[in-house]
Amino acid sequence: MSGNYRKWPMILFLGILTAPLILMYIYLFVDTVTNTPPGTMIPNEFTLEHWRFLTETIPGRPSIWLATWNTFVFATVTTVIVLVISSAAGYSLSRLQLPARSFFLGGIMVLHAFPTVTLLIAIFLILQMLGLYNSLAGVILVKTSLELPFGIWIMKGFYDTVPWEIEMAGIQDGATRFQVWTKLVLPQVKPAIMALGIFSFLAGWSEFILPLVLAPDNKVQVLSVYLAALIADDNNFDMALFKSVGVFYVLPVIILFVFFQNKLMNIYSGGNKG
Amino acid sequence: MRILLDKFTKKFGNLTVIDEMDLEIHDGEMVALLGGSGCGKSTTLFAICGIHKVNGGRILFGDRDVTNVTSQERNVGVVFQSFALYPHMTVEHNIGFPLKLRKESASEIKRKVDEIAEMVHIEPLLQRRPGELSGGQQQRVALARALIRRPDVLLLDEPLANLDATLRLEMRSEIRRIQQETGITAVLVTHDQVEAMSMCDRIAIMDEGKIIQITEPKDMYENPVTDYVAGFLGSPPIAFLKGQIQDGNFIEPSTGIKMPVSKAIAGSHAGREVRVGIRPEYFHPAGGTKIKGKVSFTESQGRETLYNVTLPDGNILRSIQGSHSPVNIGDDVEWGIDTAHILVFDQDGMRI
Repeated sequence: MSGNYRKWPMILFLGILTAPLILMYIYLFVDTVTNTPPGTMIPNEFTLEHWRFLTETIPGRPSIWLATWNTFVFATVTTVIVLVISSAAGYSLSRLQLPARSFFLGGIMVLHAFPTVTLLIAIFLILQMLGLYNSLAGVILVKTSLELPFGIWIMKGFYDTVPWEIEMAGIQDGATRFQVWTKLVLPQVKPAIMALGIFSFLAGWSEFILPLVLAPDNKVQVLSVYLAALIADDNNFDMALFKSVGVFYVLPVIILFVFFQNKLMNIYSGGNKG
Repeated sequence: MRILLDKFTKKFGNLTVIDEMDLEIHDGEMVALLGGSGCGKSTTLFAICGIHKVNGGRILFGDRDVTNVTSQERNVGVVFQSFALYPHMTVEHNIGFPLKLRKESASEIKRKVDEIAEMVHIEPLLQRRPGELSGGQQQRVALARALIRRPDVLLLDEPLANLDATLRLEMRSEIRRIQQETGITAVLVTHDQVEAMSMCDRIAIMDEGKIIQITEPKDMYENPVTDYVAGFLGSPPIAFLKGQIQDGNFIEPSTGIKMPVSKAIAGSHAGREVRVGIRPEYFHPAGGTKIKGKVSFTESQGRETLYNVTLPDGNILRSIQGSHSPVNIGDDVEWGIDTAHILVFDQDGMRI
């Protein structure tokens, strides 16, 4: 591939194109550990004071560790529920003769395409009535149900690629339909479960608008809301602190991506390599 | 174990695929269900193993009525066309899976798997996964998995269709050997007459959901009950000529050639239109009743050569000859028909 054209013009072109982005990333990190005098771009001293939020709670804000824990719980519980329901619902839609199957399939498509924001007020009222406003449970429920159409659709697509004959063979070998699903079919869609799991976790981790509206309280605050509150606070404006919290917030995402990017690609290539 | 289908009927929606079919398979016998696609042979197979519910009639294993017994409780081993191995399990776990479901002990499973692996010659492959096996090896694993529970019946759904030609030949004799070693009652579904004839004790030939004839391969080849059966068996296929019965002879209209037929046919069908079937091996230079034609096609199959001879009215006779005759396409030849072996059919295709 690389033998029949010169590489450097392409590298130069892409380099110029991405230089602003790379510079921003570099400064995002550099600014968290240095101070820079006004009017210049060169930092003049090294400092860890911008990371003080790790050890002390900033006045008027929840502890960063509480917010991190909330975010983690929010993302994890959402992921688990999405995985359990999607893998069961996807199988049913793919393989079982359900009443109103095509209605459900169509409904899932519509819900998947539906813009979340338009539902916000209705959801707010419902949670208010149920007493779930300002609670993690409430916002988890909402996020899960909005993630589900995507998850079910993806899982159904993967189940569709599993050959029927494997299920017939399982039945013939004496397995019940439930055993066929858990022991024979689920292992075939493991790549999809991995990918959907990571995807849901990242979606939960970066969710902003739902927790902001439905669970803004300090006790249940997640990192995205914490971060937004920092920059909205005009009295104690601290750009370097904001950047530090941002780096802290984005680190798990980068780590997940580095480790699982191959698995994540599965969701787009539909891969069942048998 | 004996299998009996008694007035078995299968419908898909309003479409009756199989209507009141009767079929008895004796204990230890291997029977082929032979037919083109859509003839109902696979439907019958899936009814025997319980994947399809029947819409009428009974299915008996021995004296036990299994019509309404679930697949799981029928004790039937099935080998699928695609082998349907479980890709995430090793060969050992694939074969042992039916026993594991029965909650047999690990040591017992191990012993039985080793035993059956030896029989199908896959001992060195037990720790591999299906993806790392060749087609023939996958086939052997599928057989072992079907046989490990000591099923009452072994069902084979086009088991050789996914193999290449050499493997097909090898597995044909292997499947037969294993079936005979275990003495299991087996049903083979196939569209390939060579498979059916070489592997099975009896062939049931099917068309449009009905069994047209069920008998031993040799008998079916020599005494087909309809022209459909005659045309299905034999490669290269039988050739048909149209003509009339007159004065104890079949008259071929374009050449006027006469072929003597039996007294019974001469009597019952005098003056009527019939069709005669002539197999390629009964049309050759040394044959008795000579007929003229032009060679329109030759095909060397190595040991034998196949010739198509076009008669003046465009009908084609086929001839297969062991030694290579010095004739080319376009040559006029006068070869003979062994009239003792011609098969006569009436206008409805029934043998007379």
